[in-house]
Amino acid sequence: MAIFRSSLFSEDMSILGKIRQIAWGQVFLLCVYATIGFLSLYSAAGGSIEPWASPQIIRFIFAIGLLVVIAILDIKWIFRIAYPFHIIVILLLLLVDIFGHIGMGAQRWLDLGVIKIQPSELAKISTILCLARFYHSKEVSEAKQFKNLIIPVLMVLIPVALVVMQPDLGTGLSIVFGGVAMLFVGGVSMWLFIAGIGAAIAAVPIAWQFLHEYQQKRVLIFMNPESDPLGAGFHITQSKIALGSGGITGKGFLEGTQSHLNFLPEKHTDFIFTLWAEEWGLFGGLFLMAILGMIILYGYWISFRCRSQFARLVAFGLTVNFSVYVLVNIGMVMGLLPVVGIPLPMMSYGGTALLSVMAAFGIIQCCNVHRDARLPKGF
Amino acid sequence: MERDQEKIDSFTRRAFIIGALQGCALTVLGARLAWLQVVEGEKYKTLAENNRISIKILPPSRGQIVDRFGVPLATNLQNFQVLVTPEQVESLEKTLTDLKKYISVDDGSIKKALRQAKQKPAYVPVEVRNKLNWDEVSLVELNLPKLPGVSIQAGDLRSYPYKEATGHIIGYVGRVSEADMVSSAPLLAMPGFLVGKSALEKKYETVLQGLPGKAEVEVNVHGRAVQELNRTASIQGERLVLSIDAEFQRFAQQRLTTERSAAAIVMDAVTGAVYALANHPSFDPNIFSGGISAMDWEQLRDDPAHPLNNKVAGGLYPPGSTFKVCTALAGLEAGVIDEHTTAFCPGHYDFGNNRFHCWKAGGHGTVNVVGALAHSCDVYFYKMSNAVGIDRIAAMARRLGLGDSLNFDLPETKAGEVPDIAWKRKQRGDKTWHPGETINASIGQGYMLASPLQLATMTARIVNGGKSVKPWLAGYAGNKKIFQDEARDMGINPRHLELVCRGMEQVMQPGGTAAAAQIKEPGMQMGGKTGTSQVKRITKAERASGVRRQEDLPWHLRHHGLFIGYAPVDNPRYVCAVIVEHGGSGSGAAAPIARDLLLEVQKRNPAVKEMEKT
Repeated sequence: MAIFRSSLFSEDMSILGKIRQIAWGQVFLLCVYATIGFLSLYSAAGGSIEPWASPQIIRFIFAIGLLVVIAILDIKWIFRIAYPFHIIVILLLLLVDIFGHIGMGAQRWLDLGVIKIQPSELAKISTILCLARFYHSKEVSEAKQFKNLIIPVLMVLIPVALVVMQPDLGTGLSIVFGGVAMLFVGGVSMWLFIAGIGAAIAAVPIAWQFLHEYQQKRVLIFMNPESDPLGAGFHITQSKIALGSGGITGKGFLEGTQSHLNFLPEKHTDFIFTLWAEEWGLFGGLFLMAILGMIILYGYWISFRCRSQFARLVAFGLTVNFSVYVLVNIGMVMGLLPVVGIPLPMMSYGGTALLSVMAAFGIIQCCNVHRDARLPKGF
Repeated sequence: MERDQEKIDSFTRRAFIIGALQGCALTVLGARLAWLQVVEGEKYKTLAENNRISIKILPPSRGQIVDRFGVPLATNLQNFQVLVTPEQVESLEKTLTDLKKYISVDDGSIKKALRQAKQKPAYVPVEVRNKLNWDEVSLVELNLPKLPGVSIQAGDLRSYPYKEATGHIIGYVGRVSEADMVSSAPLLAMPGFLVGKSALEKKYETVLQGLPGKAEVEVNVHGRAVQELNRTASIQGERLVLSIDAEFQRFAQQRLTTERSAAAIVMDAVTGAVYALANHPSFDPNIFSGGISAMDWEQLRDDPAHPLNNKVAGGLYPPGSTFKVCTALAGLEAGVIDEHTTAFCPGHYDFGNNRFHCWKAGGHGTVNVVGALAHSCDVYFYKMSNAVGIDRIAAMARRLGLGDSLNFDLPETKAGEVPDIAWKRKQRGDKTWHPGETINASIGQGYMLASPLQLATMTARIVNGGKSVKPWLAGYAGNKKIFQDEARDMGINPRHLELVCRGMEQVMQPGGTAAAAQIKEPGMQMGGKTGTSQVKRITKAERASGVRRQEDLPWHLRHHGLFIGYAPVDNPRYVCAVIVEHGGSGSGAAAPIARDLLLEVQKRNPAVKEMEKT
């Protein structure tokens, strides 16, 4: 236990020195992005700070604090707990599947009395940390070997299987995306990747059998939304109408007719991008996408400056994870992807998602602060 | 170092590939947004303007609750509410002030509406007032053009024609609270929607709620409905038929009003149907329907006689001497006593260093089991208690329905306590069970706690020949039978049951503890057992100086009076249990009430009439 206590905050840098090392530019971009979210939630409630905007603001302030605390943790400590943390998360996922609190027809929460936690959110982070630790100690030639593929694949597939069983297809898929990206940059050989993608395409008909009926329906409706204009296709059609009618300059703040007359469903959660783009038009939409693009680019930049493979992979993987959410959600509301129920991170109303995204950015910042740290090799 | 460089190169190459893919994806999304908003913008603007079909939920009517003959106990009255949609007004305060020109709205409701408007999204209408009469409705309707954002909604108001008499059976309905939001059903989020909050209204919420309908409405740019296009009607909740006989229920309620606080239940010994379940004081559930005022609520909550508590199902009392029928049966079944076993009662029983007193100071002399029940001789039961043992007494109590909620329909039902050695270890963390505690338990004192509902069930199971009958209230939901009237034989020796019944008959005969309360009408005579449960222990000093009369004590320190009874004696069909809180004694306070109830129920004889089905 002594390791934990002594190296939680490393001695090489003072806490103040560490705080100065945080890439504040990215934090500033996150604040701009969050503010866009608050404005949208304020509008979604018909021009009222209750019931969505004010809790979200309070959570965000708390989350900024969380980000800074995580950023100044010693990266050696994060490195050490990567494996045990992943194992604990897998156990928590098992617990959810067995005893989980039932809400909305799916078990995602684990009620610990004091707090409710959603282990699937933790799994996104723990999988990245675990894979980064694995590839940290592998040389390029080793990573290419087939026998070194089995362990990382299991590290991804076990939590994915448990999350999909909840059932939470959206989060499961995002862990897969993040995991695949990690395997790729970790150095798995190219031809294995091509073979893997081929196998995945071949497995689609089999996977189809395992989907819930409502999930199958969503995909079918995505292929042909007009087949069900008042049912599930309603979401996509209405979202497209709201976006399109916004035009170049938008209808103005609080003036979005489609969202305010309730034609737009889930406007404070999954479809919040639509609400923003209806009121602020193409300019607003592109501005938001530019902010997101810069946040993501910042993440990659941090990843490239890191000296250790671990920090590089962690910063990269967590950034990929964030961008997958952003791209899938925006693609969904524009009718380019099926409605999979993935929120727009931080902007959509919801505390757990906000905190877990900010925690992930905290770890990215931690990589930045400790970009010159040397980490031991070996399993 | 060279190896590290190789690693960095590999990472950088591949990271660029992924970054490039993402950049492409983001570009595609940007292009798509431009396509939708610029190229197809006009098309979607037209669609948006035509997008005027709004889907409105039509709340279902709540199912009726009727008594066994179809007499309504809970129905719906039409209720007109005034709603304001905050999003559609310039200033909510101003609109509310304007509204006051036409109808009376008190300041409390205005504050409530303003508070609700803050808590909910602005497009959700908030209720300003309900229970509008026709004049008020037409006045508001007429002035709607001057009142933007105001609308009138016709809804249902729950009405309970039997008022106080059925308050504890039916319960009441109220606004959906955070705890009721078990599902995200849009129905629950509707303003003014009511759900069951207590008793049967709560228990059968899913049955009574019904299915919402849907209306497709054409709306103008301000969101006001112009024309209705298509409508799927809502489906009313199912009708619930109860075992209750409403008129008899009213009679029972009326009868209890002679006491300050009392409760009674009358049920069928064979089927378990509850004919009346009355508590006094009670409450009028109608005052909850339109939202209860703070003053009414405080008054109900702070009343020392607890009018909101259902004492029949949820009130727990030491059963006192009514429990002797159970002790006697346990002794007979265990073979410790038989009909000839006698004991001498000098008025007390010494065990170890303790002296246990009989309620009759001079003693009863020599008694057998029938006599011991008839005169309620404590010493007879003290003497047999340790030979039978607490575990066998407790086992018999459980077989007769004590210590169990009996799956009764009311959510307020409590299970009570049946103590034995294992119970004491678990509940009190105490491993030693003292013989003195068994002696106390044999006359229904000590840790034992039972509800009147359980005492009635115990009586029914003894007089019906040992069948495990269970009480029930809800008979049919729609066409579906939902009660369980099949009772199995519990395997108790019929001769032993017979003997206990003879004891209960003798209670009501000259010399018995409740002889004065016997029914005079031929063929309707009753049996029973009195019980008095101590609220305050009689101290040694008090016993020495002469026990104070109950009437001289302050009300809240007097004993509870209990009575269990059944009728007619030769072919028992109706059983009843009565508690008069702080009534002094079972024979004086509870037995006369039981007599009146058993006489009335026999006259009405609901058991032989067929039950209403939908």
